[in-house]
Amino acid sequence: MKVTEKDVAYVADLANLELTEEERARMLRDLNSILEYVDRLSELNTDKVEPMAQVSDRYGVDESRQGSERFAYAIREDVHNGLRDSLPHEVAVKNAPDTDGTFFEVPKVIER
Amino acid sequence: MIAGRETTGLTIDTIRAAIAERRTTAAATAAEFYARIKKEDPSIGAFLSLSEERAQTQAERIDKLAAEGKPLPPLAGVPVAIKDVMVTCDVRTTAGSKILENFVPPYDCTAVARLEAAGAVVLGKLNCDEFAMGSSTENSAYHAVHNPRDKSRVPGGSSGGSAAAVAAEMAVATLGSDTGGSIRQPASFCGVVGLKPTYGRVSRYGLIAFASSLDHIGPFAKTVKEVALLLRTIAGRDPMDSTSAEVPVPDYVAELEKPVTGLKVGVAKEYFGEGLDPEVRAAVEAAIHKLAELGCKVVPVSLPHTEYAIPTYYIVATAEASSNLARFDGVRYGFRAPKARTLSDMYRLTRDGGFGMEVKRRIMLGTYALSAGYYDAYYLKAQKVRTLLTRDFDEAFKKVDVIAAPTAPTPAFKLGEKVNDPLAMYLADIYTVTANLAGIPGISVPCGENHEKLPIGLQLFGRHFDEATLLRVAHAYEQARMST
Repeated sequence: MKVTEKDVAYVADLANLELTEEERARMLRDLNSILEYVDRLSELNTDKVEPMAQVSDRYGVDESRQGSERFAYAIREDVHNGLRDSLPHEVAVKNAPDTDGTFFEVPKVIER
Repeated sequence: MIAGRETTGLTIDTIRAAIAERRTTAAATAAEFYARIKKEDPSIGAFLSLSEERAQTQAERIDKLAAEGKPLPPLAGVPVAIKDVMVTCDVRTTAGSKILENFVPPYDCTAVARLEAAGAVVLGKLNCDEFAMGSSTENSAYHAVHNPRDKSRVPGGSSGGSAAAVAAEMAVATLGSDTGGSIRQPASFCGVVGLKPTYGRVSRYGLIAFASSLDHIGPFAKTVKEVALLLRTIAGRDPMDSTSAEVPVPDYVAELEKPVTGLKVGVAKEYFGEGLDPEVRAAVEAAIHKLAELGCKVVPVSLPHTEYAIPTYYIVATAEASSNLARFDGVRYGFRAPKARTLSDMYRLTRDGGFGMEVKRRIMLGTYALSAGYYDAYYLKAQKVRTLLTRDFDEAFKKVDVIAAPTAPTPAFKLGEKVNDPLAMYLADIYTVTANLAGIPGISVPCGENHEKLPIGLQLFGRHFDEATLLRVAHAYEQARMST
């Protein structure tokens, strides 16, 4: 067993999940089973392999430029309302579970 | 309305022609499809919501064009439906999750907007695994989808509603999303055509994100030609998605008629190994034989890192998901747990109550893989193996034009069969996740049935942005199969 009950509690905390006792027990079992399968990746020597975060740097880029400049096609002017108008205020808060019409309302942030 | 007209056997072209020639109207066609949905869907479960008002408005627009004798756009009056992970303005969008049960988006997904601009009529939103996380659509927070070909079986997933709606002819075409096989595997299970385009070919703007470097939008239909037309409609650069590529969109439909003689079809032994159902193997091998008869040259290729694809995928996908799903916190939209005393309690209780088990499992796995002490061992390692998997395809495509493989290792399995074994469910994607990791296009085309009459899919992979060749080979195969 690689993942312990303590790990499950720690990771749930990082992920803003609480989880019931039953869910924690199931997570412990499932994460260990999946990670045991994932461990076969360690059979591969990847010391000299570059990591790949995305595929979009493989095409459509300007190879003569460096870094983010290679994605020149995606660059646009940084202007107010550059691509479309911002959502009207009332539309932006329309789906909020709790709003006073101007702001999103949430429970107390700091306990005194 | 033409009395007694059936909504089965209709294609994009026949519907458009009937409207153009005033034999029917877009409004009547939509009404006929809604009647069919109301009759068929209770035993299938493909739809989560119907957008009747929006469909009516669009149908009237098309009918006005037809009445005035104006030229009709390519998808005029064609009834389509959209996987519920793509946002639709003023039409509820849930992502199959309780956390978005009452979410009504204020804008449209680009792919949906492009379909409508081309004349399509959006009938409604389609069921799927919660946040597209699953391979059977059993993870929908609402209800399961039954495979129209055998209602005791799953339709595949996560775009199970999209595949089932086309298979049951409740829509002529649908959109799905594919992060690890979620278009191709259900297409295979339901006996329809499903295409995952190249990464960057179709804008992801308005697609509720699961794993941003792996997510794709793509079409379902009954024929390759219709899929080609749909791709031509939705493809191309969109300034709202910086990863949508500045690559010209060819006329995929016109390209279909070019000959396939002399094209090289790669076959990799890694896709025919342990775990492959013998009847699936036989059907796919027969399909490859058929391609050879059509004048393609069958060439063995090697994709040596294939066995590492599933572990790589489930680290990369869950890591990205854990980050993407952090936005669901009960503040700006969606469900909020009542009675939380503090902000931090509210976050936890909202996410605990709003997410289903598989989503929580993936958030946990992804958070673990990104956490201090495990980042190098899991996330960085998986990113490096992703490079190796991509190089495998680069090497293979120096020798061949397309690669043929099974879409899924088995035909559709029974509802409930894998629901308590996440690893077994993950292995249903064993032949599809590689295309997402490498970003190459992949299509599933029906290639036969097993002894229980369950559909089997042939999968073809192509080079980056070479959907034209992929579709051409798929079309040639489909035509040859139909004529025998």
